[in-house]
Amino acid sequence: MSHHIIQSHGLCYTYPDGNKALREISFLITHGESVAIIGANGAGKSTLLMHLNGHIIPQTGTLRIGDYPVSKETAHHIRRSVGMVFQDSDDQLFMPTVFDDVAFGPLNLDFPHEEVEERVRKTLETVGVLHLINRPTHRLSGGEKRTVAIATVLSMTPDILVMDEPTSSLDPRSRRRLIELLKTFHHTKIIATHDLDMVFDLCERTIIMNEGAIIADGNSSDILNNKELLKKSGLEKPLRLQGCPVCGTEE
Amino acid sequence: MLLPFNCEDIISKIESTLFNLGYMDLLSYQDTPVHRLDSRIKLIVTLCFLLTVISFDRYEISMLIPFIFYPIYIIASANLPVAYLFKKVLYVSPFALMIGIFNPFFDDKIIITVFGIGITGGWVSFFSIMLRFVLTVTTVLALIGCTGFNNICYAMNRLGAPKVFSIQLMFLYRYIFVLAEETARVVRARNLRSFNGKGKGVKIYGAIAGSLLIRTINRAQRIHYAMICRGFNGDIKIFKSNNPGVADIAFFIIWIFLFIVFRIFNVPELIGGSVLRLIQ
Repeated sequence: MSHHIIQSHGLCYTYPDGNKALREISFLITHGESVAIIGANGAGKSTLLMHLNGHIIPQTGTLRIGDYPVSKETAHHIRRSVGMVFQDSDDQLFMPTVFDDVAFGPLNLDFPHEEVEERVRKTLETVGVLHLINRPTHRLSGGEKRTVAIATVLSMTPDILVMDEPTSSLDPRSRRRLIELLKTFHHTKIIATHDLDMVFDLCERTIIMNEGAIIADGNSSDILNNKELLKKSGLEKPLRLQGCPVCGTEE
Repeated sequence: MLLPFNCEDIISKIESTLFNLGYMDLLSYQDTPVHRLDSRIKLIVTLCFLLTVISFDRYEISMLIPFIFYPIYIIASANLPVAYLFKKVLYVSPFALMIGIFNPFFDDKIIITVFGIGITGGWVSFFSIMLRFVLTVTTVLALIGCTGFNNICYAMNRLGAPKVFSIQLMFLYRYIFVLAEETARVVRARNLRSFNGKGKGVKIYGAIAGSLLIRTINRAQRIHYAMICRGFNGDIKIFKSNNPGVADIAFFIIWIFLFIVFRIFNVPELIGGSVLRLIQ
C-alpha cells in the first residue's frame, strides 16, 4: 500500500531570517506505523510537521507522501490524505458548532449533504462525543475540544494522522482517554510531543530531533531508556522509567 | 492574598461580559416551539415587525400598542427571562433618550388634551420614539434568545445576504470569546505586577493592545492554516438546513397578517369604540 508511505530524503529548510530549521532530514515511515517525533523546543518538530501536509514546500531534498511528492501542485491531494491536529484546539475549531466544524472538511471535498451528515455522526460516534453534536465549539471543555478537533480531521477519512502535542494542557483523565482513543486508530500516526510517557504507550518508533537534524531513529523502548541520548537532546526519561522518589529505588 | 487595587474589578467586568454573551447562547439552546421554528422565518418576521413599527407617523402611539403582542408572545413561549431582557433594554436606552429628549423643547404645539392638560407634539413624539425603541430592541433580543446568534448568521446567509458579511459575523462571534479570555489573562498578569498605581498608565494599555493585536494576527494565520488543511479554497460551504415546515409557514402567515391588520386599523381605537358602544 504505497499510498500510506511517507518518505523524506535530505530535507532541508531555512527560514527567511536565516534560521536553519531542518538539516538533511531522511526517514521512511510505512503504513500503519505510529511514530513519535520528540526533541527540545526549537528542534524543528513543528517545521517538519508543516512540511507533512504541504504547508511548507521542501527547499532542498524530497518528501513523498504516498504517491505524491510534496509540491504546490500536489498539496491538494496531500491534504486529503494527511489529517493535521493542531496543538491549540481553538485554532482548529473555527466554526460555530461542533456539527459545522466536523462537516467543514467533507463539505469542502464536495460530498453530497446527506453523506456529510452521516459522516459527521459516524465520526463523532467513533470518538465518543456524539452528544456534543449541536454544541457551540467555544463552550466545550479542553478535553472535549481536543476530541472534537480529532473528529474534524477524521471526518475527511485521512490515511495519515499528524498531531502536534495532542496531550498538552489536558487533565490526566482526558489525557488517558485520548491515549486510549488514539490506540484504537489504525492510521499511520505521526505525533510530535514532549509527553514521553504517552510515547511509551502509543508509539513503537521514536525519532529524536536536535537542532534541525535527526539524531536518533528507532525502537521507542530503546530510545526512551537511553539516558545519555535523551540528555543530549534536552529531554529526560519518561517518568515511568525513572526511579521512585519515595522509596528511593534507582532506575 | 493582597491584590493590587482595582484589579478584581476589571477582571470581573470582562468575565461578566463574557458570561452575558454566553448567557444569550444558553437561552437559545432551549427546546420550545419557538426555538424549533426555522431561523429564516423568525428573521423575516422580525424584520417585517421592525419595518412596520418604524413606518408609523412620528406622533403615533396608540397604533403601536398592539405590536407589543409579538415580543410578548416570543418571550413567553420561548421561556426567556423577562427581567434579564428588560435590563438589556435599559442598558441601551440612553441612546434612544438622546435622540428623543430634545423633541419636547423644539415641538411645543399642543396636539392632544388629556383631562384638560395639553400635551405638546414634542412629548408625544418623544413617547413614540421610546415606545418604538422598547418594541424593536426587545424583539431583536428575543430573536437572538430564541434563535442563537450563529443561526441568525446562517439564516442571513440562506436569505441571500453577502457571504462575506455573515461569515465575518460568525467568526467575530466565535473568536470574541477567545480574545476576551486572552485579554482577561493579560490584564490579570499586569495587575498582579503593578503596585502603588505604577504600571497602570495609558502607555501600558497601548502595549497591551499592541500585543493582543499581534497575537490575534498570529492566531488568524494559524486558523487560516487549519482551514487550508481541511480543503478550504476561499469559499466557506455551509450545510443546508431543511425547508420550512407547516409550523413555520403558519407562524409566518399569522404574524404577517396581524402586522398588516395592526398597521392599517387602529385596533385600540376600534376596541375602545366598541366597548363604549356596548356600555351605551
